[in-house]
Amino acid sequence: MDERDLRLDGNAAAGALQELFGFEVTAARGRCDGCGAVGPIGALVLYMHAPGMVLRCAHCDAVMIRLVEAPDGYRVDLRGIRCLEITG
Amino acid sequence: METGSVRSLRLDVRDWPGHLAGQHVDLRLTAEDGYQAQRSYSIASGPEDDGVVLTVERLDDGEVSPYLVDEVRPGDRIELRGPIGGYFVWQAGDGGPVMLLSGGSGIVPLRAMIRHWAALGGPVPVRLLASWRSPVDAIYTAEIDRLAAAGDGFGAVTTLTRSRPPGWAGEVGRVTPEMLARVAWPADQRPLAFVCGPTGFVEAVASGLVELGYEAARVRTERFGPTGGPDG
Repeated sequence: MDERDLRLDGNAAAGALQELFGFEVTAARGRCDGCGAVGPIGALVLYMHAPGMVLRCAHCDAVMIRLVEAPDGYRVDLRGIRCLEITG
Repeated sequence: METGSVRSLRLDVRDWPGHLAGQHVDLRLTAEDGYQAQRSYSIASGPEDDGVVLTVERLDDGEVSPYLVDEVRPGDRIELRGPIGGYFVWQAGDGGPVMLLSGGSGIVPLRAMIRHWAALGGPVPVRLLASWRSPVDAIYTAEIDRLAAAGDGFGAVTTLTRSRPPGWAGEVGRVTPEMLARVAWPADQRPLAFVCGPTGFVEAVASGLVELGYEAARVRTERFGPTGGPDG
């Protein structure tokens, strides 16, 4: 298996994100703090083989979201998102 | 069973709120010792259909799919979370024409979109390009052929990447930019594209569509991987 096979997208994180935030997050648009690109969370590049989930910008590969589901709850790092646009 | 390794399951979910075409569920199995495995599966049924249908492909080294394909029986109870997702969904208001492109079992969420489209009476033209290794791997073929033959705005093209029967008149080989230029809606019609399949397929097809002039924001993608993604 090459590295490419391990790459998914934000759709696969939708369940965990919805449980965490209480609404459907993948249709929301996030602005990357690294390069400023704006796009839906569902289109971010997702790596799930780490302990937890890492979502990276599809344009510059900067880390936008880190999410770990622990027995007692979640740890989430959103530093890589400069702005989240939630509409509808 | 859809094929020797693919099975569709109809789930009767209490208090199901309804779903959008393209959404998935997270399904969790718990072993007797408490070990849990969770996988995402796309919903194969349209919003108008009864129950929630999942189409599952057995991965021989999978933790969840062999159970779902070979062992689960009518009446068994399964824990699931959903419906999930709001990005890889098609709704009539999204406009068209719609271009659907699938690699292998990536056709599952697109099939939900096709059923939704048919239930709505075919509001926009839809084309499907489905890639399979060989004809025995293909699923939903009777339904797709019937809709394509009806001539109500739905067209379907199949490409076979490994083996093809004698006299095969469809496309052959992996999806290339040249094939897309021949088969996909022209970019000047501002198509909305949905691409679902293994990561390599999705990335090659999505960049091929953008090369053709498709707007990147109107090319929606869903990748699945060997584990953890909507395919395990």
